[in-house]
Amino acid sequence: MRTWFPYPLLSTGLFLMWLLLNQSVAPGSILLGIVVSTGLAWVALKLQPRRSHLGRWWRLPGFGLAVVADIARSNLAVALIILRARRRPSRAGFMTVDLDLEDENALALLACIVTATPGTACLEFDRRSKVLLLHVLDIENEELWRRTVKHYEAELKEIFQ
Amino acid sequence: MSHLTDLPPWAAIAVCGLMLLGAAITLVGSLGLLRLPSFYERLHAPTMATSGGTIVICLASMLCFAVLQSRWIVHELLIIFFVTVTTPVTLMLLGQAALYRDRFEDRKDVPRKPRPAPDEGAL
Repeated sequence: MRTWFPYPLLSTGLFLMWLLLNQSVAPGSILLGIVVSTGLAWVALKLQPRRSHLGRWWRLPGFGLAVVADIARSNLAVALIILRARRRPSRAGFMTVDLDLEDENALALLACIVTATPGTACLEFDRRSKVLLLHVLDIENEELWRRTVKHYEAELKEIFQ
Repeated sequence: MSHLTDLPPWAAIAVCGLMLLGAAITLVGSLGLLRLPSFYERLHAPTMATSGGTIVICLASMLCFAVLQSRWIVHELLIIFFVTVTTPVTLMLLGQAALYRDRFEDRKDVPRKPRPAPDEGAL
């Protein structure tokens, strides 16, 4: 099974994406989708990505919704900061968070989420000391940002274990 | 675009509202590029367009075509997914490049590179 489908999750994802793009479940597009998704999984084999084990994948949709809610909230906060930038400049600054995540893919996902959220940007991760360097637009709420990142970390640890 | 007149009023209002909201979020994000003073602060502005703006405009598109064709339209979710996953990569690269240069130029307002643990760096 592993020789034919080296990355089952990647293949399934690509297959679903193919069906979504074609917007059909006709036998032809299903057949072509299976061929394309298996073929691309073999290509990915050459890239040798790190494998992770999705332990509790059913928590992913809930986590995604929580992230979208956070994105909405910080969009509002950043909009206010930008609109008030002339009158009351915000205090931006750097901060560090100690992380305890081992999984490479979980770290990548965490970095993407943190950067995609307006107001926080991930700059650097030191592998040895496991310290993540962030730049935040509103340093006055430093404790809040630290708690948010820690919360994401705990969730991702639950999912990737 | 004449078929858009087939849209029932409630859907038209919702679609217009979502479109305007998304456009406003994107506009404020672009305004941020003008107004925010430092490079690191300007890193935060475009994420408003790529997260909030994209999500809201794609929701409007999903709603509009779902009502017009009376079926579920979900492939806009792919746009949301790919835009939100790929922009941070660019921003992280830009941020790291800026950090590298500022450290190289010995600027005082950026954090230093963390020193390696003494037992490893002692040699």
